Amino acid sequence: MELVNKDIVEKPNGSTDKKSKLKVEVKNLDFYYGDTLALEKITMNIPSHEVTALIGPSGCGKSTFLRTLNRMNDLIDNVRVEGEIIIDGKDIYKSGLDVVQLRKKVGMIFQKSNPFPKSIYENVAFGLRIGGLGNKSKSELDEIVEFSLKQAALWDEVKDRLDESALGLSGGQQQRLCIARALAIKPEILLMDEPASALDPISTAKIEELIHELRKKYTIVIVTHNLQQAARVSNYTAFFYLGRLIEFDKTSKIFTNPSNKQTEDYITGRFG
Amino acid sequence: MKNRYKSGEIFIWFTGMGLGISLIMISGLLVLILLNGKDYFWASELREITLNDGRKILGEVVKEELIPNYNLPDSLKNTGLKRIQLKIGNRDIYGFDFQWIDARNIISVNFPDDAVTIERTEFGNFYGFIRELIIDDKIIKSDQPDFIIKVKEQADEIAAYREQIKSIEKSDIGEINYNIESLRLEIKKIQYQEDDKSKAERLIAELNKAIAIENSKYEQLKLKVDSLRSLASLYSIYCEDINGRPKTISLLDVVRFYQPNQMNFTSKLGFTFTKIFEFIFDEPRESNTEGGVFPAIFGTVMMVLIMSIFTVPLGVLAALYLREYARQGTLVRLVRIAVNNLAGVPSIVFGVFGLGFFIYFVGGTIDQLFYPERLPAPTWGTGGILWASLTLSLLTVPVVIVATEEALTQIPRGMREAALALGATKWQVTRRIIIPAAMPGILTGLILAMARAAGEVAPLMITGVVKLAPTLPFDANFPFFHLDRKFMHLGFHIYDVGFQSPNIEAALPMVFTTTLLLILIVVLLNITAMIIRARLRKKYKSSAF
Repeated sequence: MELVNKDIVEKPNGSTDKKSKLKVEVKNLDFYYGDTLALEKITMNIPSHEVTALIGPSGCGKSTFLRTLNRMNDLIDNVRVEGEIIIDGKDIYKSGLDVVQLRKKVGMIFQKSNPFPKSIYENVAFGLRIGGLGNKSKSELDEIVEFSLKQAALWDEVKDRLDESALGLSGGQQQRLCIARALAIKPEILLMDEPASALDPISTAKIEELIHELRKKYTIVIVTHNLQQAARVSNYTAFFYLGRLIEFDKTSKIFTNPSNKQTEDYITGRFG
Repeated sequence: MKNRYKSGEIFIWFTGMGLGISLIMISGLLVLILLNGKDYFWASELREITLNDGRKILGEVVKEELIPNYNLPDSLKNTGLKRIQLKIGNRDIYGFDFQWIDARNIISVNFPDDAVTIERTEFGNFYGFIRELIIDDKIIKSDQPDFIIKVKEQADEIAAYREQIKSIEKSDIGEINYNIESLRLEIKKIQYQEDDKSKAERLIAELNKAIAIENSKYEQLKLKVDSLRSLASLYSIYCEDINGRPKTISLLDVVRFYQPNQMNFTSKLGFTFTKIFEFIFDEPRESNTEGGVFPAIFGTVMMVLIMSIFTVPLGVLAALYLREYARQGTLVRLVRIAVNNLAGVPSIVFGVFGLGFFIYFVGGTIDQLFYPERLPAPTWGTGGILWASLTLSLLTVPVVIVATEEALTQIPRGMREAALALGATKWQVTRRIIIPAAMPGILTGLILAMARAAGEVAPLMITGVVKLAPTLPFDANFPFFHLDRKFMHLGFHIYDVGFQSPNIEAALPMVFTTTLLLILIVVLLNITAMIIRARLRKKYKSSAF
């Protein structure tokens, strides 16, 4: 199932002119929950500084795949991974790899916004504080918090109440706070697991706009159930079905001229 | 009917009834305790009762009841004939404090204005009349103007002497005793350990010198106390009981006196406040049946706090391991069941364990290793506040574990994942996210643990509680906290006063007031914890979204 080749990657989406590089290489990835095979022979190259959307019906393994990229699946008992995931030349499943460092490099936004029961400021500063502030002073910390909140387009809404509980924010604001929190530790890759599925249309639009902005600096992998959203925000789209990667191509191609029948059926709403 | 049964309406009634009965029982308990205890704080009026045999009796009415029919001749049955119980005091004259009087024998009742209640340091209350104030060889008769005011002035003056004597005896002489005792132990230690004879002798001689200095200090203080005593003993009052029997009371023995029949409501209220103050802040008198319960309050609160210091960290750590780190399986399930059952083990079992393990094994070992010179007199190998607190923390740790585990399961998975995804280690997640978020639950555990610990008596009786502790477990002598000391406890105090005192009838109001106080202290400790919990809840309330 050699769906992906370097050509795609090297021919970037029409909107950007600069050449995309490879960020994540997935080779023959198998994933088991106990004895159940959840992902089968996934091979996929995720380009740097692009938005890659993962689509597919429920239970097709796209979230599982996303969570293998920062090893969040390690938290579940009884899982097994075979194959390789190479990020910046390093196999992240090699023994001895520092998972903490990996997760700092590969940030994650969850479906349900999950701010900590702390102040807005402390939420954003959390990642920095646990990483050890090193020799960062208070003013540097302030700067990073402000910068992250600005990047997440939340600064103007919360700048006057940084000390208030994050739980007082609206759903959409909480989700953007979670994005700011992830950005504060300067990751290179952002994984988003249906980040807007629990939000109203206006908040969703804001998040999508944000993704557009963030693409310039980060490699983004986003799982979404919303096909329009995938079409709007992503440059590349991968279609998963029953634990397999069916098709991976430029978004414009997937949505206009898919090469696989199953993909076409899904896109046109014939199943799923 | 059948429909009602089906719809479950009857069961709703049953549930309501259950709640109602519980509430009635609790409020009934409180009301009963309040009613029975209030006499202790109220300046009851003194009745002079003339009996048909010509005798007179003066005292406070304690109880009034109908005479049961089978004690009456037929003609008087069901006529509502009553008998009253009077507290007549003057135990040193009469030999008993209480007397029942049949209403049939009463000729007249009146309330003499100048009748006086004298609270004494010994022999309980005196009821009667003050006739003379004796100052050395000067005598002031009661028909002089402002007689009572003069007596009061003198009594206050002597009370100040009494306080001074008490403070010298308690703190100054107490400190000297403490010093002499530690010097003496030092000598024993040198005799025991030092091999170099001449050096040992030299050191012992020095220590003996120090003891001599302390002794001379003691002699001086004793002289001072003696002179205060002899000065105070010049002041006394000459009294008569209702039948004119004479009694001279040294003012040094008078705690306070008052004329309840002259007092109006306001002054009685003032008296009540004085009594409450005394009850809370003073030491017990007359084998605990009079005076205050301060040492018991102190002991109870200190024990509960020490218990909390041990039980909360232990319980929280155990719960964290069980819930966060241990692999969930049969073994963990078994441990959990065992922990839950541990909460139901009778408390005396823990007491026996505390005696065997903490006192005999741990305490005994400490004594042998660190205090061999004091043996066979035990230092740690006997009951003390530390061992009692540790025993109670074993008793209450299951409660904390269960409550903490409950709180841990409530923390949303997303919160842990979010922290981990930010590159936190498992320990960082636990410390910075899980423990703060579980704090309200932990405090719930603490509240339950404190309530249980404060009320336990059985395990304490064999691990360090005593009827009367000469010193508090905290004082000005280094190292300030003396955790090896025995202590007093309100629960035990209730048992002791109610069932072990020589004069149970007189002690009853004390039993009820102490019970009330114990309830109040538990409520107070709980409210403190609840306020903290409410604050934390507000801070850590989980996402509304």
